[in-house]
Parts: sequence; C-alpha cells; structure tokens
Amino acid sequence: MARALIRTPALARPGEIVEIRVLLQHPMETGFRPGVDGQVLPRDIVTRMEVHFEGERVFAADLFPAVAANPYIAFPMRVTVAGNLVVSFQGDNGFVHRETAAIRLA
Amino acid sequence: MTRRRSLLLAGAGLVLLRPSWGTPESLRAAIDAFAGGQAVRTGRVTLAIDTLVENGNTVPVSVSVQSPMTPADHVQRIALFTPQNPLPEVAVFHLSPANGRAQVSTRMRLATTQPVIALAVMNDGSVWRHSVDVVVTLAACLEGG
Repeated sequence: MARALIRTPALARPGEIVEIRVLLQHPMETGFRPGVDGQVLPRDIVTRMEVHFEGERVFAADLFPAVAANPYIAFPMRVTVAGNLVVSFQGDNGFVHRETAAIRLA
Repeated sequence: MTRRRSLLLAGAGLVLLRPSWGTPESLRAAIDAFAGGQAVRTGRVTLAIDTLVENGNTVPVSVSVQSPMTPADHVQRIALFTPQNPLPEVAVFHLSPANGRAQVSTRMRLATTQPVIALAVMNDGSVWRHSVDVVVTLAACLEGG
C-alpha cells in the first residue's frame, strides 16, 4: 500500500520557521499516457493533500496530473508549540492515506 | 491560386489541426479562474526552476513570494501553470500565516519545451506572477513506453 514520509526537524526552537517535507509513494498516472496495448491508461492521481497541526489547517494542495510520480511537496511552518502534524491525502479510485509526525520543542 | 498561397494555406491547416489540449485559451481560462478576475501583475513572486531540463518526468520547482505572512498581509494561494501540458494546471497550494514564510517546492512534469508560470494570490486579492522559459530535452511521457 501507499507509504508517505514526513521529514521534520528533530527539535524546533519556539517561534522557529521549519521546513516540512512530504514524500508520498504513488504512481500519479496522468490519464494521457497509452499503455503497452495502446489503450490510454486510466487516470489515477492524488488530488488533494491537507496538513493539520494540532487541529488547525496549516497547508493544503490541489494536485493535477502534471505533478510528478511519487509527489514531493515541501512547505514552511512556524512552530510555537509542540504537537502532532497530520498529513492526509485523497485521490482517484477512493485513495485515502494519513500519516502523522510529532514536532517537539528544543 | 499561386503555389505560395496554397503552401501558406496548408501551413495554416496544420496549425489548426493541432490537438486541442494545451491551447492558450485553456491556459487563460485556468488563470482567470485562479485569479478570480483580478489583473495579474508581474513581481513579488520568484519561480526557481532550471532553464534547461534533461528529464521532463520530474522537474524540481520552487516558488517563493515576498510577503510578511502576517494575518493582515499574507499569501493565500500559490499556483503553477503550463501552456503546453495536456492540462494547464499543475498544482494549487493553500497557505496561511501559520506558514511564517511564503515558499513551496514540488516536482512537476513537462511535456515539452515551454514557459512555466507561477501565480500568487494575496489576502487583499491582488495577483502576482513570474514565468520562466524552460527547455526540455526528454519530455514527460505522453506516448507509450
């Protein structure tokens, strides 16, 4: 099944802006590409990523077929309190995935 | 009809027979939908992407916007567009003051040599853009293989 990696700094100073990097294992089949039999392969992409930190939405992304396979998305976040970062994905064919990472204060 | 004119007409016919995807109209419609009808101005946005790309299947791209990212003045959305991929949209990123800095990075596909356009919408509704012409030597696969 799907696998997602979330890279966060091990420890953040209060008020520090850290970079969160997310990598999801997913083919992102565009729906424009013929397979070996000449038939166009049906679209199978991740359409939405949402990031919540302690219940507040801090980041979201709408993805289209032009995002490369195994989507990589990095964004900054200002850390004021320790907590859990929840990254959730939605996609074609009922794809859903959720991954969490803890952010601790130095 | 002169030979020159018939050649000219044949050329025009070829241009009209191009696939309907990736037309300037679809790009304009996508940008208008994203900008909410606001005028798009140049500046504030910096799109970082290699101008010569060997592999169009995975092209690192990063967008940063000059903004203090305070509740009173922040970037709401950043989007990437291309005129000649099958669809004009690449990705739309939703930001908030919680980000502290207006910057996103991802990896995208490029079907051919073309400009890549980055747009940012501020919380006051203003829209800013930066585009970079990118030369692609190996296109993202649209044909089989």
